[in-house]
Amino acid sequence: MHARLSFRHGVHPPEHKSLTAGVPVRRMPYPDEIVLPLRQHAGKPARLLVQPGDRVERGDKIGEADGFVSVPIHASSAGTVRDIGWWPHPDGSMAEAVRITVDRYSPQIPRPRIIPRWEGLTPDQVVRAVQRAGVVGLGGAAFPTHVKLLPPEDVAVDTLIVNGAECEPYLTTDHRVMVEYPERVHFGIRVMLHTLGVSRAIIGVERNKPDAIEALQSTVPDDLDVSVQGLTVKYPQGYEKMLIQVLTGREVPPGKFPMHVGAVVQNVASLACIAEVFETGLPLIERVVTVSGPGLRRPSNLIVPVGAKIRDVIEFCGGLLDEASEVVFGGPMMGASQPDLDAPIIKSTTGVVALTRRESKARRTYPCIHCGRCLDACPVFLNPSELGILAQAGRYEEMEDASLATCMLCGCCSYVCPSNIPLSQMFALAKAGAQRRKQQAA
Amino acid sequence: MSETSRIGSLQLQLRASPHLKAPDTTPRIMWNVVGSLVPVIAAATWYFGPSALLVISAATAGALLTERAFAPPGSLADGSAAITGILLGLTLPPGVPLWIAFVGGAFGIGFGKLVFGGLGQNIFNPALLGRAFLQAAFPAAMTTWPGSPAAWGQLRGDNLAFPFTSPSVDAVTEATPLGLMKFESAPTDVGSLMIGATGGSLGETAGIVILVCGAYLAVRNYLNWRIPVSIFLSVAILSGLLFSLDSTRFPSPLFALFSGGLMLGAMYMATDLVTSPVTNVGAWIFGFGIGILVVVIRTWGGLPEGVMYAILLMNALVPFINRATQPRPYGSRGTNAGREAEA
Repeated sequence: MHARLSFRHGVHPPEHKSLTAGVPVRRMPYPDEIVLPLRQHAGKPARLLVQPGDRVERGDKIGEADGFVSVPIHASSAGTVRDIGWWPHPDGSMAEAVRITVDRYSPQIPRPRIIPRWEGLTPDQVVRAVQRAGVVGLGGAAFPTHVKLLPPEDVAVDTLIVNGAECEPYLTTDHRVMVEYPERVHFGIRVMLHTLGVSRAIIGVERNKPDAIEALQSTVPDDLDVSVQGLTVKYPQGYEKMLIQVLTGREVPPGKFPMHVGAVVQNVASLACIAEVFETGLPLIERVVTVSGPGLRRPSNLIVPVGAKIRDVIEFCGGLLDEASEVVFGGPMMGASQPDLDAPIIKSTTGVVALTRRESKARRTYPCIHCGRCLDACPVFLNPSELGILAQAGRYEEMEDASLATCMLCGCCSYVCPSNIPLSQMFALAKAGAQRRKQQAA
Repeated sequence: MSETSRIGSLQLQLRASPHLKAPDTTPRIMWNVVGSLVPVIAAATWYFGPSALLVISAATAGALLTERAFAPPGSLADGSAAITGILLGLTLPPGVPLWIAFVGGAFGIGFGKLVFGGLGQNIFNPALLGRAFLQAAFPAAMTTWPGSPAAWGQLRGDNLAFPFTSPSVDAVTEATPLGLMKFESAPTDVGSLMIGATGGSLGETAGIVILVCGAYLAVRNYLNWRIPVSIFLSVAILSGLLFSLDSTRFPSPLFALFSGGLMLGAMYMATDLVTSPVTNVGAWIFGFGIGILVVVIRTWGGLPEGVMYAILLMNALVPFINRATQPRPYGSRGTNAGREAEA
């Protein structure tokens, strides 16, 4: 009997995954217009390569990587560049974006290309091929994948951790990828192990996805050391820090990366994407998105071209119900609610969830009653109650002394708070303020 | 923190994550505590007649009216003032004049809670602070335990005494089990203690009822079970030690657990969310501290009962307990920091 694979604390929000867990992925038709923001990943935004009026084919580069921690952006459809300008970004801001009018008559066949054969490539060449394909982490954070493939000289990586936890309610994106494309996941693992020079990979999957565990287990290649581990169903099981702790017993010190404790974490969908790069030569121009929630007529798992507007995706899923009151990008625990349905699906969009008034009912906020539930929920062992009191008093420097930097903004504290204090929102603001102060000091 | 934007006929809300919320709210917790006290009030009425209802109502009225008068509008709805009033009423002797109960409720809310800034800000349990005030201001009324009258419907003592007159005590008084034990070394049968068929404060006698109601709250996670458990453990162990030294002078552990205000104090007073520690390690320390103080005061103090002072003393230490038992953040110490962090 192996140890219980779980971390301490965390919360159990209702999962609601049955809406789409069994729905096979299908392809959404091309909308009339595609909008591609140049900032779709962590790191520097891409540099613009096209002008209005330019004709692009599916897979053409429209933005170039600006430095090492950056990736290019590719056209997800054939068409004509209509306009370049500010457009609503799913993070709530406005961002520079390329609008492409989709060519309705194009067969959407990419230009002829050479498919790189990864076996012959040196690690450096694999890293460059992955960067050229614009691959980023598809689990939500959108960190450029190739950066994780090239650890600095002074760190020794011994384990590749594959994240198939998918702990956010409603989302079944990774679930469907694992069930439908397990071979691609293993292919991606093979490329990563080879490039990192690591022999061991562990796939962590929450136990509420037995079909995904089964699919992955039955397809493990004989020559790879890959184990599939069922994890306790608990939010935020899919956070890097939690996953590393659960699967290796190691803790990532604050301000450090998983590499520093010998682990590289990669999401299953990102691995399948790496596999696609070396199978088809196509860059990252489409992704699996769960479109779900009680406010949506036909919850689905879709392959969506990057840049499709939420409006078009929702329309393809039958539209919103009358009682829909909030549209969230990503899962409901950490996602951002959208003011504008013109914002596009970007590389990091794991899901679109339409909530109803029942979920998003405004609640009154009460003073902190020191019940301690947030302490029992915090997966990184902070004291959100005290941090919240400091935040309300504007004592931001003291919050940093109280380990604010360790907070991952998972939202567990806000979720359990009976007084409805917007704890994680206050912490996000305080973290942004700390960042600004640091930059001003430098 | 929400905003709406209109898209066609559709109103979209903009809110910060998380977009889901656990069902419990502060008023829901508070009103559940009030609800769980109904059987305790019923038991008090069963044993002490209409006096019980009158005294509890008077204390609650004092608490609610003070909250209504001085707290921000709408704060009555959160239920916390009702808890204070009911709990104070349950700690009063059945024969106490109603105006005294009313003053106690008003003092508990006014000086126990509102002067600190209202809900969540107070250091001491407001109900116990109200009782401590009454104990100091009206010692005679607070220590008069009238005996059972001829009929259930008859008032116990001079409930209706006019304010600031000396109550006309013509009823026969009886001693509480703790008083009997302390001053006459006469233990009361533990069975009667458990079901509450003894003299004492209104809501403190029916030990079993309080235990069951408190357990309900613990199961629903409306109180931290570590606090009553640690109080019971420390009281049982300490009084067990004393009992084994001299079983004629000292009460048995079961007597210690079911006599006086211990049950009500451990289940309802010490577990007040606002005035108990936020950390679980802190809860253990807090509970053990109360248990030890209770036995020390009962055994060596001048008063027969010490639960109230034990809890108030430990309330004062809560900020220090919180400070000393902060959890250790993830990643701050080697690989086992998280697991060592707390019990």
